[in-house]
Amino acid sequence: MNLLLFLIPIALFLGALGLAAFIWSLKSGQYDDLDGAAWRVLEDDEDEAPRGPAQRNRVR
Amino acid sequence: MSCCAPGAEVGLAGNAAISRDETLLASRDLGDGSVQTVLNVPDAHCGACITAIETTVGGLAGVETARLNLSTRRLTINWRPDRLDPSCIFAALAAAGYRSLLADPAQDGSDPVLRELLIALAVAGFAAGNIMLLSVSVWSGAEGATRDLFHWVSALIALPAIAFAGRPFFRPALAGLRARRLNMDVPISLGVTLAALMSLYETATHGPHAYFDAAVTLLFFLLVGRTLDHFMRERARSAVRALGRLAPGGAVVVDPGGSRRFVALAEIRPGMRLHVPAGERLPVDAVIRSGAGELDFSIVNGESAPVAARPGLAVPAGVMNLSGPIEAEAKARAADSFVAEMVRMMEAAESSRAGFRQLADRMAQNYAPVVHIMALGTFLFWLAMGAGWHMATLTAITVLIITCPCALALAVPIVQVVAAGRLFRDGVMVRSGAALEKLADADRAVFDKTGTLTAGRPVLVDAGRVDLGDLALAATLARASRHPFSQAIAAAGDGLPAADIGTIREIAGCGLEGTLDGRIVRLGQAGWAAAGTLRDHGEGGVALAVDGSVRARFDFADALREGAAEALAALRAAGIDSEILSGDEERRVAALAGRLKVARWQARATPAVKLARLAELAGAGHRPLMVGDGINDAPALAAAHVSFAPASAADVGRSAADFVFLKNDLRAIPRTVAVARRARRFILENFGLAIAYNLVAVPIAMAGYATPLIAAVAMSSSSILVTLNALRLNLGAADRPGHATRQRADATLAVASGGRRP
Repeated sequence: MNLLLFLIPIALFLGALGLAAFIWSLKSGQYDDLDGAAWRVLEDDEDEAPRGPAQRNRVR
Repeated sequence: MSCCAPGAEVGLAGNAAISRDETLLASRDLGDGSVQTVLNVPDAHCGACITAIETTVGGLAGVETARLNLSTRRLTINWRPDRLDPSCIFAALAAAGYRSLLADPAQDGSDPVLRELLIALAVAGFAAGNIMLLSVSVWSGAEGATRDLFHWVSALIALPAIAFAGRPFFRPALAGLRARRLNMDVPISLGVTLAALMSLYETATHGPHAYFDAAVTLLFFLLVGRTLDHFMRERARSAVRALGRLAPGGAVVVDPGGSRRFVALAEIRPGMRLHVPAGERLPVDAVIRSGAGELDFSIVNGESAPVAARPGLAVPAGVMNLSGPIEAEAKARAADSFVAEMVRMMEAAESSRAGFRQLADRMAQNYAPVVHIMALGTFLFWLAMGAGWHMATLTAITVLIITCPCALALAVPIVQVVAAGRLFRDGVMVRSGAALEKLADADRAVFDKTGTLTAGRPVLVDAGRVDLGDLALAATLARASRHPFSQAIAAAGDGLPAADIGTIREIAGCGLEGTLDGRIVRLGQAGWAAAGTLRDHGEGGVALAVDGSVRARFDFADALREGAAEALAALRAAGIDSEILSGDEERRVAALAGRLKVARWQARATPAVKLARLAELAGAGHRPLMVGDGINDAPALAAAHVSFAPASAADVGRSAADFVFLKNDLRAIPRTVAVARRARRFILENFGLAIAYNLVAVPIAMAGYATPLIAAVAMSSSSILVTLNALRLNLGAADRPGHATRQRADATLAVASGGRRP
């Protein structure tokens, strides 16, 4: 029983962490272009800075 | 224009000056001296396109950022108007091989509904997972204080989660009740709310059973269905939107003093003098004042042959100017123009067919009262048996939980989502789930001719008859022009070496002229090409002449759209007879009908005639499927039981149609019919499964044996069963030998339309 007092909050905290991460990724526009993201991952652009910072294009 | 690639200037020279105003009109000011413009780039389709487009545009001086969204095919550009002429952006994209169109600033790219659904789904998923974890311990034998603790923790998670994630259901349920209608959302909301409240009471009174897990899992499954449904529909909608608009957003007005300025569509007033360059459409109804050239009426009234422009000719909005700039006097405002009139006819037609109700709603109408009466009956029965208030209420609520139409609410959307996804990959956009249901019972097809059964552009007949050298010469000249005949010649001469012709100029209404080794080469109206002056306009066809002697003549025909004959044959095999309703000349329609073996056809049909014919068919008990592309087809598309438009259709037509097919192939239509019919069968099967589940589960619940464990297992398994059944639509299951007899019509369709067969 004492163990439960630790384990349940830990389980819930970890779950909530995952939920928060998902909502953050959704709000920062990472699901706006699923097709594009699939291609962009294959692209190597080490020779230059990313062309379009995502933040700039988010709807204001 | 120094920054532009020289090759790109040819095509855009005519309207380079106006793009700046039009672009700025459609842009958003970011405040710091830069503006944000959104372009539709319909041709972008892969990773290489992303790189090509972003480096091309991003590399222009004055562009701060350029980012392409491949899902919506929209390019967002932040740029500084003081350092860049926007025509350079268009020119650079054209040089890279991409068409680009200004996106309507009103169509925002983001989708708040999807975002809300996804967050609700995440919350419900989180809650369902954690509560299930606690519930499993209770089911495995936790007792006393431990069980109470687990129930309280569950309640702590479940209640806020239900209040938050249930909103997509509570709102329509309330709206439905307010309108005195029962929809699927009413039993869902009632079941979930009552389950949560009862479980809370049980928890507070140290009861053994709490149904928090059932309530939250239910919400989770239902949200999955709803999110998929929305996602699919939105994808189709944005794909159709990305096709861009054919109607101009404004026009260049010539002031009495001779100066020119760009005026937005809504601000054009009658009496204004409009300058319409080659390749542009007239924004409003107008009368031509000056300029010689040819006009393309095909999208307006279905006439396939170009019409010569002459002063005094009245032209409706939407007509395209093919060659040479013309000046025209506006006769009506945009809101009173031909297109607006068609939109009004369309709306009238749409309101008259609003009677169609979706299968799911019809089911809900019957299902909800039955379920509620059963719950009430259970309550009264146990009360009469002397089981006490507590036991009677508990059992009645478990009946509501068990019958909560989880599988039923998934039965329709999941099939429609799978069907729409399958059609999407085939290049067919489904604009609503109801469209699939309606298509499944279509029994008559009505086709427009120009642009629908035909490709809407001429092709060269007997290209092989023309000497290759002459063809190369003609093609070299033709590449400099946008006239459809020129483009047909250029296409026929594709791959041939270019002749060394000096400065080519286009003489509006006549043709093209250039010099080759000091000799004058002309391609155009036969009379003009030979003599250098225009005599009998429109006679003698198109000819190529060198120094006045005719070297070759060219004949054109409107090409049949790919797969037209096969599509009609496949439709016939599926029990759908076809007819043609065209605005074009009798002679052309008759020839086409003969070629396609269509018995019933009508030429010179006005929009009103088309509407009347559809009403006549509907009156005779038919459910007509209309296929059309023109502005004049829009009312008929809206009036028909169900309708198709090709991607090349006018905007109004596209927005009126239930399906839009992106590939040129007409065989997409019978293929879509086959998918729609299979989808209907799967929906009915899913209803059957859901009802069978209820037949088993409801007696258990009524008898009072439905513990939370049984409820969880029963509901999850029925939802999963329904989903798996819907996924079969993606397999080639229709062609399975065991089903051959029952599905003969569908299989014939699939074969005739080249459908995938294992």
